[in-house]
Amino acid sequence: MSAYILQRLIQSVLVLLAVSIVVFLAVYGIGDPIELLVPPQVSAAERAAMIRRLGLDLPVWQQYLSFLGSALKGDLGTSFVHGVPAVELILARLPATFELVLLAMGLAAVIGVPLGLLAGLNPESRPSRAIMAGTILGFSLPSFWKGMMLILLFSVALGWLPTAGRGETVSILGFQTSLLTLNGLKHLTLPALNLAIPNMALMIRLVAAGTTEAMTQDYVKYARAKGVRRQRIVGRHVLRNILIPVVTVAGMEFGSLVAFSTITETVFAWPGMGKLLIDSIYHLDRPVVVAYVMLATLLFVVVNFLVDVLYAALDPRVKLTGEMA
Amino acid sequence: MTQPKAAAPAVAAYADTPLRRKVLRRIRNRPTTRGAIVLLGIFVLLALLAPFIAPQNPHDLASLSVMDNRLEPGAQGMTGITYWLGTDAQGRDMLSAILYGLRTSLLVGLTSTAGALVIGVAAGLVAAQFGGAIDAAIMRVVDFMLGFPSILIALVLLASIGRGVDKVIVAIILVQWAQYARLMRAAALVERRKEYIEAAVNFGLPTRHIMLVHLLPNSIGSVLVISTISIATAITLEATLSFLGVGVPVTQPSLGLLIANGFEFLLSGEYWIAAFPGIALVLLIMSLNLVGDRLRRSFNVRGP
Repeated sequence: MSAYILQRLIQSVLVLLAVSIVVFLAVYGIGDPIELLVPPQVSAAERAAMIRRLGLDLPVWQQYLSFLGSALKGDLGTSFVHGVPAVELILARLPATFELVLLAMGLAAVIGVPLGLLAGLNPESRPSRAIMAGTILGFSLPSFWKGMMLILLFSVALGWLPTAGRGETVSILGFQTSLLTLNGLKHLTLPALNLAIPNMALMIRLVAAGTTEAMTQDYVKYARAKGVRRQRIVGRHVLRNILIPVVTVAGMEFGSLVAFSTITETVFAWPGMGKLLIDSIYHLDRPVVVAYVMLATLLFVVVNFLVDVLYAALDPRVKLTGEMA
Repeated sequence: MTQPKAAAPAVAAYADTPLRRKVLRRIRNRPTTRGAIVLLGIFVLLALLAPFIAPQNPHDLASLSVMDNRLEPGAQGMTGITYWLGTDAQGRDMLSAILYGLRTSLLVGLTSTAGALVIGVAAGLVAAQFGGAIDAAIMRVVDFMLGFPSILIALVLLASIGRGVDKVIVAIILVQWAQYARLMRAAALVERRKEYIEAAVNFGLPTRHIMLVHLLPNSIGSVLVISTISIATAITLEATLSFLGVGVPVTQPSLGLLIANGFEFLLSGEYWIAAFPGIALVLLIMSLNLVGDRLRRSFNVRGP
């Protein structure tokens, strides 16, 4: 087990290193780094001074090492637009995004698992077919389009829910959250639902497939022969056996939810880190873009690492000395 | 093989044709699939014929009249032209804009899918044929690429190279080639174990010949089937990138960019600027998905 963990840890570090090289090359290699890192309004003398101070006159490998060195110290540059360290800027927006992502994961599970069970228990029935057809829509329709439709329906036509912003927030342990005020929850509902839809579809598909398969297993036939009630078979035997893969996939989807929140946050003007990324791309605020990519990669790597280790711990059939995943 | 050698091609042909015919029959017998194919055909025709059938050239600023801005569907313009689907903030006829937008969306979707297909199939074929370190190197890159959400890779790439139709195509190729490489490698590995390949190797045929003449045509089927759905994914990705403002330029708007332009007017009740391109985009994506999914099921191909 510890050998497996060590192996995965080394892999994770390698992925981070690879991303840092790619990002470094993308920013310093494709574009002109001087143009990217020195604000255009400075004078020629200041420009030369900044080039020297930023080390842009050094050879590329030396520049990379200094980039890596300061990145390890948590310094990924200073935002041109806001004038504060990029990492600080992103971390300040992190709670808003996490709030959205966690609620979306919750919604996906709370709505997705029962619907999946329903569809899996009677795969040929009309409602089940409707649910499964719905999941195709959930997967394939563009996220921004679904967001627009939600706004059109719940805000413009029905006037129930607000369309933009976070609403009232309260401070808990130094973090602002919308989860604890009615106004905040109203603001949170549509973006979270929009972010949850593809995940909900995935959850329904996983649970339905797992349920259909589990219902044909011998332990279910035996329980049925023994006269165990249907609800108990489903609740006790079937659900338990299908939840491990569902939990794993839910964990792995965390990273992509954070990535997809860029779209939802843009549609609903939600002040999270995804909206910050899009705004920074607009304003050519490169340090923030670089910092976002590095932090997002770190997040992915950590989450994937935890999920893999957890999965190995939960399911003894997983080969612990497995190949590079 | 127990059959005599001469009979083998005949047997293969016999086993081959009915499947194709069966698939075609199955597709024809499904009203939804048939509807989707007809719709796709109409979309492609509209996109091809856009310059001839559009009431207005939406890229020609001289033919636009700002006085006609944000007119309702069916309204008459200053010059007597009827705007069946209304106009946008610049006074552009939405019907013409959608026809031209369809062109951009389809162009990006088809070109990027073709590009990703070529690169991915080549990479997968090489990995399967040569194995060892080459295989390991290619597959590590594939794993790395598939480890990140496609939207994030495309966003970051476009953030560093700027917007443009060609750049969006490059970005989509970059995020899509890896899945083809993985599929192609898996299919080619299965195919390579078969006896005819062994025979070809024993005949002393050059490796390039075996790869291109035997391995490629016999293992590309599943990849091609999956690529139908990938066109829809590519179009969705392009629309999303353009909606976020990092995709195609304003001078050549796709459906996604048209929707983005109309988004700000949605709340004030001027729904048509975003709604009609939105309907066109969704119908396009849905019909591609329906056809792709039917093909996938009929040929019994598992998705990536």
